[in-house]
Amino acid sequence: MTVLLYDHVLSPNCYKARLMARLAGVPLETVAVNAYPGREHLSEESLARNPAGTLPVLVDGDLILTETQAILVYLAQGSRWMGAAGPATAATVQGWLAFSARLTSSLGVARAHDMLRKPADIAAARSEGTLCLREIEARLVEQRLRGQGFLAGADPTIADVACFPHVALAPDGGVTLDPYPAIRLWMRAIRGLDGFIEMPGIHRRHDLTPEPQPAVTA
Amino acid sequence: MIPDAARHEWYPVAMLSELAPSFAQDTVLLGERLRISRDAPDLPIRITGPDGARCAVATRYGHLWTSPGGPKAGLFEIPEAAQPGRRFVDCGAVRVRCSPLRAVENFLDVAHFPFVHTDILGAEPHTEVERYDVQVREESDEVWATKVRFFQPMAARSAEGGIVTDYAYRVPTPTVALLYKTCPPRPEERDVIAIFVQPLAEDLCDVWPWMALFDDTTPQADLVQFQQMIFLQDRSILENQIPRLLPLDPGLETPTRADLTSVAYRRWLKKRGYTYGAQTVPA
Repeated sequence: MTVLLYDHVLSPNCYKARLMARLAGVPLETVAVNAYPGREHLSEESLARNPAGTLPVLVDGDLILTETQAILVYLAQGSRWMGAAGPATAATVQGWLAFSARLTSSLGVARAHDMLRKPADIAAARSEGTLCLREIEARLVEQRLRGQGFLAGADPTIADVACFPHVALAPDGGVTLDPYPAIRLWMRAIRGLDGFIEMPGIHRRHDLTPEPQPAVTA
Repeated sequence: MIPDAARHEWYPVAMLSELAPSFAQDTVLLGERLRISRDAPDLPIRITGPDGARCAVATRYGHLWTSPGGPKAGLFEIPEAAQPGRRFVDCGAVRVRCSPLRAVENFLDVAHFPFVHTDILGAEPHTEVERYDVQVREESDEVWATKVRFFQPMAARSAEGGIVTDYAYRVPTPTVALLYKTCPPRPEERDVIAIFVQPLAEDLCDVWPWMALFDDTTPQADLVQFQQMIFLQDRSILENQIPRLLPLDPGLETPTRADLTSVAYRRWLKKRGYTYGAQTVPA
């Protein structure tokens, strides 16, 4: 049975699902939904699938998932992407999944305003987004002092996948990442993961692609 | 103060499919507020400037066009838009914090494909831009680049595998650029892809991509998203270009042969006195 993802290429939440599937090695078939400018995510057919009218939506047989965090859990279940065993890590991961919703409603709103002309209180969205970035920066600095490079441990988990896209796209909404060195190192590590894929606005690391020319040998 | 040369050009200000049968809404063009309205479904669309004066209106190529100072000539022609069998794809506006002229210049550039549109419009090590022709066509006063050839891993949504794509570029008015490229399913024809740029300010614009393709199979949503993906990859680059305004005079930059179209575009703007969004005094 094919796992279907109703998808929009510009949506950071849809990208989370595509990225997670690729990182966890789950084959996924995407169905493009013309959410912008076509507003197809609000069509009768889309609303029948997801009354909230949001994307992404994952369909696997009879199972329909409409919440991004739930989709990440589904794609990563049983893999190392759920984090190390034990209640503390599991709860930490859940905490960051919940936190990711704050990124959507701050940095995500600022981006939709600046890029797709969606009305918003832009000053409030940027200011809340900046507070979120400071929290992540502080967490990542503490993690580094413990010798751990990711939000919920030494290895990346769904928590990192849930937070990474809106953070990386913050400049799209007029919020700079310049003051956050730990965030930049963390993004670099995520972009270097095996199976990493891009979305528009999040570029791959060209230093990881093979050299364009063979090395000169003496 | 809007330079005269800018006031008499045509600009896109809305996508026709987004306009209700009757409506009234505001938009910004060249820093001035415009009112767009249609009082009843069977009445024509009306556009008025800040002083209440009526502006020219044209409804073509899926978009609403105006010229705040009165146009010098009719809206430019895209003959392919009248060709039977083409599919027209509106992609919606993307707002970019950059000079409208930089948005056009980036659209004319081929050399960035392998680095910004990696594995789609270009791929390392195929980075060389071969020699191509550039001219300002005197009869139409348009910038044209022809015989542009480039290796592309996934040239269009309808392409299967890598092909060497032939391109031609055309700038009919300072904030509109079109490209004609190899059409994978119809080798005798060319796909038309355009960006219609609405300058809001000298460093802020809405870019309306639009396509006229021969493609009977790809769902509309996939076509729109392919083009949005490409343009959004450009957006973060455009927002970080320095200086923000497009320099029209040779200065610290050293153009290469691959930049011939850009050089011709900047000279053409300068000759027309089109300085809105341009850096007129060398830094």
